[in-house]
Amino acid sequence: MPVLTYREAIRHALAEELERDPNVVVMGEEVAQFNGAYKVTEGLLAKFGPKRIVDTPISEAGFIGMGVGASMLGVRPVMELMFWSFYSVAFDQILNNAANVRYMSGGQINCPIVIRGPANGGTNVGATHSHTPENVLANHPGVKVVVPATPADAKGLLKSAIRDNDPVFFLENTILYGDKGEVPEGDVLVPLGRADVKRAGTDLTIVTYGRCVLHSLAAAELLAKEHDVSVEVVDLRTIRPLDIDTVLASVAKTHRVLIVEEQKPFASVGSQLAFMIQREAFDELDAPIHRLATIDAPAIYSPPVEVEQLPNPRRVLQAALEVLA
Amino acid sequence: MAQIIDMPKLSDTMTVGTLVKWLKKEGDAVKTGDMLAEVETDKATMELESFFDGTLLKIFAAAGSQVEIGAALCAIGKPGEKVDAPAAAPNAAPIAGAGVANPGPGSTSPATTKPAPAPASTPAPVAPPPAAAPARASGERVKISPLAKKLAAEKGIDPSRLTGSGPGGRIVRADVLAGEKSGAAKAAPASGASLPSGPSPFAKGPIQEERVVAVSNMRGAIARRLVESKTQLPHFYVEIEIDAAPLLALREQLNTGLEKEGVKLSVNDFILKASAEALRRVPQVNGSWEVAASGQGQIRYFGAAHVAFAVAIDDGLITPVIRDTHLKSVFQISTEAKTLGRRAKEKKLKPDEFTGGTFCVSNLGMMGIPRFSAIINPPNAAILAVGTTVTKPVVKNGQLAIGQTMVLTLSCDHRVVDGAVGAQYLNALRQLLESPALLLV
Repeated sequence: MPVLTYREAIRHALAEELERDPNVVVMGEEVAQFNGAYKVTEGLLAKFGPKRIVDTPISEAGFIGMGVGASMLGVRPVMELMFWSFYSVAFDQILNNAANVRYMSGGQINCPIVIRGPANGGTNVGATHSHTPENVLANHPGVKVVVPATPADAKGLLKSAIRDNDPVFFLENTILYGDKGEVPEGDVLVPLGRADVKRAGTDLTIVTYGRCVLHSLAAAELLAKEHDVSVEVVDLRTIRPLDIDTVLASVAKTHRVLIVEEQKPFASVGSQLAFMIQREAFDELDAPIHRLATIDAPAIYSPPVEVEQLPNPRRVLQAALEVLA
Repeated sequence: MAQIIDMPKLSDTMTVGTLVKWLKKEGDAVKTGDMLAEVETDKATMELESFFDGTLLKIFAAAGSQVEIGAALCAIGKPGEKVDAPAAAPNAAPIAGAGVANPGPGSTSPATTKPAPAPASTPAPVAPPPAAAPARASGERVKISPLAKKLAAEKGIDPSRLTGSGPGGRIVRADVLAGEKSGAAKAAPASGASLPSGPSPFAKGPIQEERVVAVSNMRGAIARRLVESKTQLPHFYVEIEIDAAPLLALREQLNTGLEKEGVKLSVNDFILKASAEALRRVPQVNGSWEVAASGQGQIRYFGAAHVAFAVAIDDGLITPVIRDTHLKSVFQISTEAKTLGRRAKEKKLKPDEFTGGTFCVSNLGMMGIPRFSAIINPPNAAILAVGTTVTKPVVKNGQLAIGQTMVLTLSCDHRVVDGAVGAQYLNALRQLLESPALLLV
């Protein structure tokens, strides 16, 4: 199986879908001539030309709004946000219009838009560039929210996202762009709304997604080696629709749960998960559900402190031991 | 030590009772059987009977006040004895007597309905010696994880006897498993063990811990209703032995055919069906003795057979009802009985699923009991007790042969059903069960 970076995997997904469906277009700031702010769209302009790969002004409200309108008329736009942090400029377009139009038109109008870009902390870009809005997005009925952790998932999920008829928000991670992994060749889709058990275990379930999957897997290794604890890591992959069945099956197996998320803790994805798990699996729990999140403060500028603000393998390990106490 | 008398649950739907009037006042001497007060429930006004001898030391609930079930009404003890103020009434206490410190065995149901004769000789229990101290004071909250709690219930382990190894002393799964291994924390059967699987033949030491336990609502209801039945209903019993071979053969044949569909008919399914069909043939059994408003006795005959069947559950039994059994096929009855039985064991039956039966079947066949006689479940007029099928020598056509037999015992309320009618009913039942194809047409 070929080994690709997370960045290349996303690029391959875009290229394959551009090839497959003439309605697919890529739009965003610097996606064309500059080959992408993070070089995700490198080479696409040369291959598909300026009608399919379109540079936009620095105006999220404007170009996301355009993409939403185009998608209602049959175009399948894949819009790049240089940072997901800028989604709030286009909040109305994304969450008031795109999210609601299928419902409000009585199913007559679909909005098959994909909005993608990085949403993560850890790169010392400051509080205004480090938002992780998957909880805010997923709070809106009518949308789908995807946060891939590995190159293979990134490719397969993006292909599914582009073919989906609802707005799909695809949250990447600048730190993962260079990560390498095996990616199946060809037209392999990863379905939306299906979690993946990235590591099987019997003593503790870590439910997580995005970069925290990697932290959790690293912590799981240490827990196995140093504490003789067998950890199961469930990668949600899609935040909404949420594959609670896979989570519950794992909880029924291990009876202890740690949720790990790169999220501010208040009203986060983890809050929702904790509610759902206790509601459905109360009698399976041998300890209170625990959660490790980003420390509740604006993203900290100082590099060494930001590392500690975010989940990291050491913090995951510590939290895991607390659940196992 | 003074006995605290608390508000008993006097009807299935009662949550509070009104203390209408005290019939004794503080300082009065009280004897077992004396009426202490009048209590009005949602259904009737009843007299609260004393199960103790002594002096009425203290009245906690004023006349006219509404008192939650389980809340203290008064204290009885030696003259001059000091009485502690009762604990606050637990909210919607599920068990009469819960929430009151150290309830004596009699304090859980100190009232009977008016016409019920007092038990012949209720011993006035002297305050019993305290039971061997459990790990925690009774009523103290046990910190236990939901999983450990469920596991302990399944394994019949009393969590109050476990030591928690989790944070803050929380009992976790590992503690339950360790407790099971050591066998130290086996709960008393009364507090929820499942049906006996037989004790270890090597067990030594005391049979069980000596103790007094407050009874559950269910056990209270069983006690009340069956005392009422056995003391008020003139029971008589008729018994018949049937040839069970045709029934067993038919069942096996049907089950082989139904195996693919995941259906397995039980002997009891056929008996439920047959008992309903027999009621069609001898409908006098499908009745109920009543007292008219005038005080005159009357008998109500039912047009439909709603056959109930007894299901053993933790700490008691319940009788779910198959409505219109006479209209249903064996297959339908089987499906319904399975669902009801499961829901009964999960204690999830709704009231309308265990009330309104017109006839009842109790089957101990699966436990190897060859024959027994059951107590009628009022307001039914009869109950059928079903024994196990026994392989034994029988005489067939003047020859000894190996037969399979089953004994059916009908308990009848003689006010409604006379001996000849009971006999007719059992004969009808025998005919149906010995030619079981009749049940399929």
